[in-house]
Amino acid sequence: MKMKKVIAALLALTMVALCFAACGSNSDTTGSTNGEVTLKIGGSGPLTGDYAQYGNGVKNGAQLAVDEINAAGGVNGIKLEFDLQDDEGTQEKAVNAYNALKDWGMKLSIGTVTSDACIAFQGEAARDNMFLLTPSATAVEAINGDNAFRVCFSDPNQGVASADYIADNNVAKKVAIIYDSSNSYSSGIYEKFVSEAKVKGIEVVTAQSFTADSNKDFTAQLQAVKSSGAELLFLPIYYSEASLILNQAKMAALEIKYFGCDGLDGLLTMANFDKSLAEGVMLLTPFAANATDEYTVNFVKKYTEKYGADTMNQFAADAYDAIYIIKAAMEKAGITADMSSSDICDAMKTAMTQITVDGVTGTGIHWSADGEPSKAPKAVVIKDGAYQAL
Amino acid sequence: MAEKTKKLKLSTKSNLLTYAMLLVFFVVMQSLIATDSISNKLNGLLVPICIYSILAVSLNLVVGILGDLSLGHAGFMCVGAYASAFFSVSSADIIPQDWLRFLIALILGGVVAAFFGLLIGIPVLRLKGDYLAIVTLAFGEIIKNIVNLLYVGIDSKGLHISMESSQALGLEADGRMLIKGALGITGTPKDSTFLISFILLLITVVVALNLINSRTGRAVMAIRDNRIAAESIGINVTKYKLVVFMISAFFAGIAGVLYSHNLSSLTATSKNFGYNMSITILVFVVLGGIGSTRGSIIAAAVLTALPEYLRSLNDYRMLIYSIVLILLMLANNNERLNVFKEKISITNFLRNRKKGNTLDKEAKS
Repeated sequence: MKMKKVIAALLALTMVALCFAACGSNSDTTGSTNGEVTLKIGGSGPLTGDYAQYGNGVKNGAQLAVDEINAAGGVNGIKLEFDLQDDEGTQEKAVNAYNALKDWGMKLSIGTVTSDACIAFQGEAARDNMFLLTPSATAVEAINGDNAFRVCFSDPNQGVASADYIADNNVAKKVAIIYDSSNSYSSGIYEKFVSEAKVKGIEVVTAQSFTADSNKDFTAQLQAVKSSGAELLFLPIYYSEASLILNQAKMAALEIKYFGCDGLDGLLTMANFDKSLAEGVMLLTPFAANATDEYTVNFVKKYTEKYGADTMNQFAADAYDAIYIIKAAMEKAGITADMSSSDICDAMKTAMTQITVDGVTGTGIHWSADGEPSKAPKAVVIKDGAYQAL
Repeated sequence: MAEKTKKLKLSTKSNLLTYAMLLVFFVVMQSLIATDSISNKLNGLLVPICIYSILAVSLNLVVGILGDLSLGHAGFMCVGAYASAFFSVSSADIIPQDWLRFLIALILGGVVAAFFGLLIGIPVLRLKGDYLAIVTLAFGEIIKNIVNLLYVGIDSKGLHISMESSQALGLEADGRMLIKGALGITGTPKDSTFLISFILLLITVVVALNLINSRTGRAVMAIRDNRIAAESIGINVTKYKLVVFMISAFFAGIAGVLYSHNLSSLTATSKNFGYNMSITILVFVVLGGIGSTRGSIIAAAVLTALPEYLRSLNDYRMLIYSIVLILLMLANNNERLNVFKEKISITNFLRNRKKGNTLDKEAKS
């Protein structure tokens, strides 16, 4: 009787072990499914939770570019495959997603959508020497390794660019700030903005903070802003909180100019948001859907046809560009599908510093070896419920 | 007398079963690693599984053995994680040996967390039930928010600490930031390996099981079952409660050390160190069966791996995960199923065999 149970337990264990082993064995797929040579590009982002709009934007944008490239015959005859795994915007899940993607056969990655997650993802990728081009992770540390590059501006860049723009265009002299002290993106921009403001002679009259746990009621912060006599309120935060601030500012009868960074992108496509509240809000964003250059027109048309306009934000545009940048670098480096991910990474690293790419989020974008892009920041103002270039 | 030895043996057998389970898990995983047939996904999950098992086992001491509902377990984990990551980052140049640095980091993380356990425990453990739950919850949130405001930098003049911003530190040109407020600590060395994590899990289990079956453990369970009766026979309630609380916090701190040395960046968000995490750990304990160390480990391992193995379901992943949780909870409370579980339970099988043996002997004599 006892023997039987022991044997049964052992058998069950062997089966479980075999099952796990089976999962491991399918990792080497430089695959040639039905005769085609494919190369797999992976990434992770928040597809569920608070910032799902960003993750889905990146997923759709990248997929759109991959489909276009494949329809045109691929890169050097190699077809691309793309997968974006959910990481809920956390470091831990991003590492899990990275491991899952490696099992899937990822050769190149677009990193993660959000900053914190990207730092962890990048740490793993640097250890494996896996090429990484993040569309939208803005923290400085997100591209620490020499394997990592990005499409968007970094946090410090945005803080400096915002302060410069406000000072150079005489938008305001007295500035109030409301930022999220529990968020790395927000406090990263805030710090650089304050130090650059000092250089440029802008007076920061008050800096009010909130945390992720208290991001619903901003009346106290808005009262402080009101009594500080500021001409402009700088909001280096995400759109979900900004929509509440705009609403509550109107109720508090606060007459002030607003200025934000790319986190405010998504405001206009938010469900149940009164667009008239955002009238006159200025923001730095690399992407305006109503721009008239051929890249943007083409992207907007194809994106709305396929996925609708709900997630068409700068994240989608950054991801779309990221895939085309990878394509350009792959062509430059002469990547073939049978190369290992480490060899690909070495070749891509050099190629990235040699290419210049025009895309939806900027023209003449080129990279230095530290992975930072160099392109001109674009400022837009919201007028009649749409972005207008400033 | 015969009654007593029989009972002791039963608990020993149950404990041996727990160790055997851990050992089999370890051997299977190690042989998979050695033969290189392990998937990256599973390989990456091994350390988290150990971390969450340690957390579940340590919380089980408070919830299952002490009988107090604590919702601040992630707070202790956060303390351990930050203390050790801070140590590792700042001593990277001074202590070149990885193992030595990590060993000190582990001890430091645990001790600091235990100290906080003591600090919180003294006022908090006078409370009971709901009140204790609320205060521990608040403690966890306070820790998380303080850590988010902390700016620490180092330069030739020494350490600079500020609660405002990194500019307020006034660092010299050669200075570098160690803790950057909400940006947390980056560049922690990846020292957590499966072997170390497993050894620590084993130590946690040994301490927990021995505590439960010791004089202290019996005193603690007496307090849980009837506080007034326990006091009346001279058990020092505050002392025993504090001891359990501190041990629990110590191991939560150790888990925090493993956590921070498994990721290259450490930030305190509501997802990893907030009440969400405390509740998740509590779910492991409740699903594993309150008071059962073995159950806590199994629940922690299964529920950590499950969302990752459901990845192929894409958007339905978290939906399925929650449904699984609900079904498991219902199953846990189902009487018929419990009767069935009794029937197939290995512990009972051992007990019945024992009974059968003694019955046989009695019949013979």
